[in-house]
Amino acid sequence: MRYLPLSDGDRASMLASIGAPSIDALFADVPEAARLAGAIEDLPLHASELSVERQLKAMASKNLVAGESPFFIGCGAYRHHIPASVDHIIQRGEFLTSYTPYQPEIAQGTLQVLFEFQSQVARLYGCDVANASMYDGSTACWEAIGMARRITKRSKAILSAGLHPHYVSLCNTMAKFTGDTLVTSLPSLTDGAPGNDMAALLSAIDSQTSCVVVQNPNILGHVADLSELADACHAKGALLVAVVTEPVALGAIKSPGEMGADIVVGEGQSIGVGLNFGGPYVGLFACSEKYVRQMPGRLCGETVDAAGQRGYVLTLSTREQHIRREKATSNICTNAGLCALAFTIHMSLLGEAGLRKLASINHARAVLAAERLAAVPGVELVNGAFFNEFTLRLSQEARPVIRTLAKQGILGGVALGRLYPGVDALANGLVVAVTETTSEDDVEQLAGALEEALA
Amino acid sequence: MTINPSGWRPEHALAANDGPADGGTFTGNRALMLEEKLIFEIGDTESCGVDFDDVPEVASRLGGLERAAPMGIPGLSEPETVRHYTRLSRQNYAIDLGLFPLGSCTMKHNPRLNERMARLPGFADVHPLQPAETVQGAYELIHVLGEWLIKLTGMNSVAMSPKAGAHGELCGLLAIRSALEARGDARKVVLVPESAHGTNPATAAFCGYSVETIPATKAGRVDRAALEARLGPDVAAVMITNPNTCGLFEREMVEICEAVHAVGALVYCDGANFNAIVGRVRPGDLGIDAMHINLHKTFSTPHGGGGPGAGPVVFSEALSPFAPLPFVEKTGETYSLVEEETADEDHSKSFGRMAAFHGQMGMFTRAASYMMSHGADGLRQVAEDAVLNANYVLRQLEDVLDAPFGDSGPCMHEALFSDDGLANGLSTMDIAKGLIDEGFHPMTMYFPLVVHGAMLIEPTETESKASLDQFIGALRSVASRASAGDLTLKSAPFYAPRRRLDETGAARKPILTWRDPA
Amino acid sequence: MTTYFTREHEWIAVEGDVAKVGITDYAQAQLGDIVFVEVPAAGTTVAKGKEAAVVESVKAASDIYAPVSGEIVEGNAALEGDPALANTAPETEGWFFKLTLSDPGELEGLMDETAYKAFVDGL
Repeated sequence: MRYLPLSDGDRASMLASIGAPSIDALFADVPEAARLAGAIEDLPLHASELSVERQLKAMASKNLVAGESPFFIGCGAYRHHIPASVDHIIQRGEFLTSYTPYQPEIAQGTLQVLFEFQSQVARLYGCDVANASMYDGSTACWEAIGMARRITKRSKAILSAGLHPHYVSLCNTMAKFTGDTLVTSLPSLTDGAPGNDMAALLSAIDSQTSCVVVQNPNILGHVADLSELADACHAKGALLVAVVTEPVALGAIKSPGEMGADIVVGEGQSIGVGLNFGGPYVGLFACSEKYVRQMPGRLCGETVDAAGQRGYVLTLSTREQHIRREKATSNICTNAGLCALAFTIHMSLLGEAGLRKLASINHARAVLAAERLAAVPGVELVNGAFFNEFTLRLSQEARPVIRTLAKQGILGGVALGRLYPGVDALANGLVVAVTETTSEDDVEQLAGALEEALA
Repeated sequence: MTINPSGWRPEHALAANDGPADGGTFTGNRALMLEEKLIFEIGDTESCGVDFDDVPEVASRLGGLERAAPMGIPGLSEPETVRHYTRLSRQNYAIDLGLFPLGSCTMKHNPRLNERMARLPGFADVHPLQPAETVQGAYELIHVLGEWLIKLTGMNSVAMSPKAGAHGELCGLLAIRSALEARGDARKVVLVPESAHGTNPATAAFCGYSVETIPATKAGRVDRAALEARLGPDVAAVMITNPNTCGLFEREMVEICEAVHAVGALVYCDGANFNAIVGRVRPGDLGIDAMHINLHKTFSTPHGGGGPGAGPVVFSEALSPFAPLPFVEKTGETYSLVEEETADEDHSKSFGRMAAFHGQMGMFTRAASYMMSHGADGLRQVAEDAVLNANYVLRQLEDVLDAPFGDSGPCMHEALFSDDGLANGLSTMDIAKGLIDEGFHPMTMYFPLVVHGAMLIEPTETESKASLDQFIGALRSVASRASAGDLTLKSAPFYAPRRRLDETGAARKPILTWRDPA
Repeated sequence: MTTYFTREHEWIAVEGDVAKVGITDYAQAQLGDIVFVEVPAAGTTVAKGKEAAVVESVKAASDIYAPVSGEIVEGNAALEGDPALANTAPETEGWFFKLTLSDPGELEGLMDETAYKAFVDGL
């Protein structure tokens, strides 16, 4: 078998040197009744690369590929163009097959990358410090709420209506078990500011509030100024947690850190990672310096070695599970390593000049698309301000329309009925994302298909 | 003859200490070992390695929130970027370079077929929120992988959404807590062996349980008598790793599970060490209720410098109804995703969603490719070779290193040694750093906590005999030096890109981000 | 002023009904390089034998227990900027916190310097 280097001769000679009569003797501690006599029966036997490729390609070919269709889906994962060199670099064996840098002398590659990553994320988010990544944006969001609880010693968090419903759902799940109180609400298709609940948030903050969690741009694409909210939180001793699911937006709009957020978390997938049907992605987590010892996740820090040379190590490890065990800030061990590397490489290729350019292309294409689609009979644009994602109000329920479009090979966006099942007020809503990969022709095809479907 | 006077001979015989007087070079480089600064020191905020098409002219709709202030994020051209990260990559040890003996991490070869399969556009370039009809092949893959996991473990169902081992532990414990609360019997305590990985008690605490420790016996296994003495109506679950973190199979696993069930509690199994028994033993046959599987350990998905991982969890019949959302379901020949909205009476007991979207698809394709390649027979061989390799290492080293459980029978896929016998105040740390100079990544150190100065070695099945012999020779050499009290080990490593680093300074005055020089 | 010692290697220097608490030189040597000390805030109530502070070295965190019950008057602010003080001057400038005693009777079971020294020698 191609991945197993031992020959029968090796096995025999090794058994002899161990002094064991057979392999079975090495499994003597397994109770008789639990020993399987041979290979498990209802599973296939080993296969060649060719055979495996055939099987998996057959499955892959049943899927409609985003890059081969007019594609407008966002809502927490975005299709951007990733430069060719990123994927080559991350496949270098020294990156792909290396481990967590617990022996820093022979892991300076990984460690220096993490230091660059942390610095890029902190600056992108407008914060003092960032960690070496979480699993994804959604789990990072819950971790931020936990961190706010530890810092403020309060357990009521207010979640904005504009927060991604999957993020809300997972927070609700966790809160059932930790005893946190979460105040949540559904978004509305408010003309000019869909999903915006700033007034409600401002009046809800009180002396029991640990944090307010707000997403910007929000799930319906609306973009808001968070400064007043930040002030209101601080006035009551609460923290502002901002969530960013589309990091490219920060090439165009003010960072949450600049607007006063204390903890900023989000999804980094747009930069370097690709859609991958939902994972693996990369969670970004940043905060003010004064809270650093309450941060979950790994942290990489600068230091010197015995010869006086600058180097990097994992640090502040006493926050983590392998040391603090039940008193750790989180149970997280694995991070998103290789995805963080991809993010760092893509971000290095872009630089802030490139990120601004990329963002402006996204916004321009989205503005043009919104105007074109709003001209379709039966379609209204709900948003006033937006970045690269906006909400349309259709003249009928959106989910069946999306299905019709899919049959024509068009992936027309996310029907709100999928994210908010059973909420009639949102059933006609359709969230459309436009990036630099969306062409004018794609938009025309979508416009034409929508017109036909809504006729 | 015609003499072509182009001959060359060395100017003088090479001597041992022939290098530059102070051992340094102008650049600080040492031939192929190249120093590399940070992007903040070599790039600038105007440069960019990406070309863009033109931006259409539009009136901004950003609501006056334009980001004006400079960010301080540098860019580089493509050649500079490629060179920068290539140079950094060369400062890393990796499985592709050599044996990576980390106990409990299962550092096996990462097959490149997996990478090719994960990059098929039908898997890589699809969005999780695409309508079900457009991603049937993706749902099929998740389902097929899930079926493999169910059959390999002999369990009833599988939750595919957890994003890593610790996340899987959380999933298992939340299912357990939900099951107990559903029968009106919420309990407060989780028992964890003292040899357990830190994620176990951390996860239990995260779930709201108080954690109590069960001691180990002198034979390195869970003290069943002590466990049974502690079991009672306040115990929700026992978390066990099998094989355990000392590399030993818990012989009394069946009896332990029975005792736990007898008091109405449940057994969570940490599946980190599944590589020792895959294809030869089904944990379900031992009586467990839930187990996470680290796809990045047993099923070869790459470690990537620390992640990403995936931690699907298999469940017994008792726990299956409580599994998290969403999950893939097959009806006839059609696959669908059971999300919040379609969770009807059949799924109303689910404890809810654990993460956005539905799982680490990129790791699923890689693991599926691995499983299909090995098949049931290949996977069985994996466990056999992994256990054989570890026992070979154990027996070849036990005369130079203390093996606390060497006399109590064979080990499983990993061999455990202690620092007993090291002289002159030398420690496990010093052996590890000495091993670095010999060209190997050190073994797991100081874990499990039950053995003093623990050294846990897991070679895995993808090491050839020659590779094992080379590693054994290197470790014999370093261990002998340590037993003889060779103090140069205290300053090792000498040949790595960096000498020992000041971790105290890094923790006292943390520098976690680049600061522009004033 | 009288100084007492606990079996958990804390010292307590009592003057009237106020006391200063820290870790002993033996303890700091065992802990290795100390990188961070989490001291309780003024006004916190502590109970004898229960956690009052946490001392972190690079690879481990250790709980410090209150030798007696009382209310915290002050945590040593100097440790925030210079945790190394707990290594270099554990029994002087590296003190952890001051508290008022709620029950001076609790001092009875504690060791004096001679007894502590004998205790450490026996370890």
